[in-house]
Amino acid sequence: MTLYFTKDHEWVAVDGTSGTVGVTDYAQGQLGDVVFVEVPVTGTSVTKGTATAVVESVKAASDVYSPVSGSVTEANAALTDDPALVNTDPEGRGWFFKLTLADAGELATLMDEAAYKTFVASL
Amino acid sequence: MTDLLLPLDALHRRLGARVVAFAGYAMPIQFAGIIAEHQWTRTSAGLFDVSHMGQLTLPCAADVALEGLLPGDITGLRTGVLRYSLLLNGHGGILDDLMVTRRDDDLYLVVNGATKHADLTHLRAAGLSPVYRDDLALLALQGPKAVTALERLVPGVAALHFMRAAAFDWDGAPLWISRSGYTGEDGFEISVPGDRTEALAEALLAQPEVRPVGLGARDSLRLEAGLPLYGHDLTPDTTPVEAGLSFAVSKRRKAEGGFPGAAIVLAQLLAGPARRRVGLAIDGRQPVREGAAVIVDDAVAGLVTSGGFGPALGSSIAMAYVPAAAAADGTRLQVEVRGKRLDATVVPMPFFPKSYVREGAPR
Repeated sequence: MTLYFTKDHEWVAVDGTSGTVGVTDYAQGQLGDVVFVEVPVTGTSVTKGTATAVVESVKAASDVYSPVSGSVTEANAALTDDPALVNTDPEGRGWFFKLTLADAGELATLMDEAAYKTFVASL
Repeated sequence: MTDLLLPLDALHRRLGARVVAFAGYAMPIQFAGIIAEHQWTRTSAGLFDVSHMGQLTLPCAADVALEGLLPGDITGLRTGVLRYSLLLNGHGGILDDLMVTRRDDDLYLVVNGATKHADLTHLRAAGLSPVYRDDLALLALQGPKAVTALERLVPGVAALHFMRAAAFDWDGAPLWISRSGYTGEDGFEISVPGDRTEALAEALLAQPEVRPVGLGARDSLRLEAGLPLYGHDLTPDTTPVEAGLSFAVSKRRKAEGGFPGAAIVLAQLLAGPARRRVGLAIDGRQPVREGAAVIVDDAVAGLVTSGGFGPALGSSIAMAYVPAAAAADGTRLQVEVRGKRLDATVVPMPFFPKSYVREGAPR
């Protein structure tokens, strides 16, 4: 499994052609207390860089952009009852959705963990 | 334009605040986190820096002229009593909401930060000579333990009742303290000389009951308390009656009129307004925000003016303007968020019960 990151602070963990998408610890810190997450339903076709999920903190709603294109295979049902998982475990149990990648070539446009850490440090 | 700094700016940053631009100031939106600060205020005491708000004074004799701009009874206001009032335009629309207190030597006004300069212009245009006291800072200490913490530092404040105020002294600094606030909790608002603000704030924060609270929780607290926010729930296009603030039209002024837009406001008091500000309890947890459409009978009937997640309630709540026919408590309607319609119910406000210490009420 390999982790990739976007400049919008999403991550995708890739295992073969399947990916799991969430937001980073930096993102959850910026969002503040998450109170609601809207995730795409299974079967939704998503396009890299487009608004695919919405995360709502106490103060605002923010779009989450899919890091890669593909077809959604599962949404994280645990976020319905406990959206604060995005704060407490953003890169684990706070994942948003899983998908089947449409084009593995898109991964080359994303950052690896070291590059993302450097990027966050520059903010 | 560079944001102005609050007197406590350095302290806020030392305390780890996340700072944002608001009303022309760099202000702390949160410290420990909005929900934690919200719950702390509901159970203990939160310290808010609200120095962006405008503190103005007028001569006592300006009471008659001030009544020409708002629907409150100011000439009949007793010394040491606060009155919530509304600056109105000629259509009865709300230009600002404010607190007016009669003191021994002046009238003391607290107005919103974003509107204070327009208010000064408005007052001057009416022939009044307000003094803008930007040498003063304003702190709010709110929550059930605020009285315990403040009484320890400033003996005597516990004797104040809700919407009453008096002068106090703390370590040689003259304070003007009212028992009032914007959270629905018991608490105080403390006007303090700017150069003593940090020392007072440090002394308050040293009390075990007190933690710093930012603008984010201030907004969620006032929303749960059903208190409107100027520029959102109140605008020049909303009247006191539509806004559910008819109590701000004092009895004598109802009889006499003589305030801006009186004909419109008094007619709405008699016949009822065409639309009203109501509270909405949204089914589920999804927040609805300002600008969301309210749907009645499959048609857009109004707009949400404030909304969000109520941390102490654990649910999604909002304020909206809806037609009078849909304003009754219990009315089922919908709110549209990103193309999805969420079911909601009109409910009485406050959403979360208030805990004021009123005169004549048992303690």
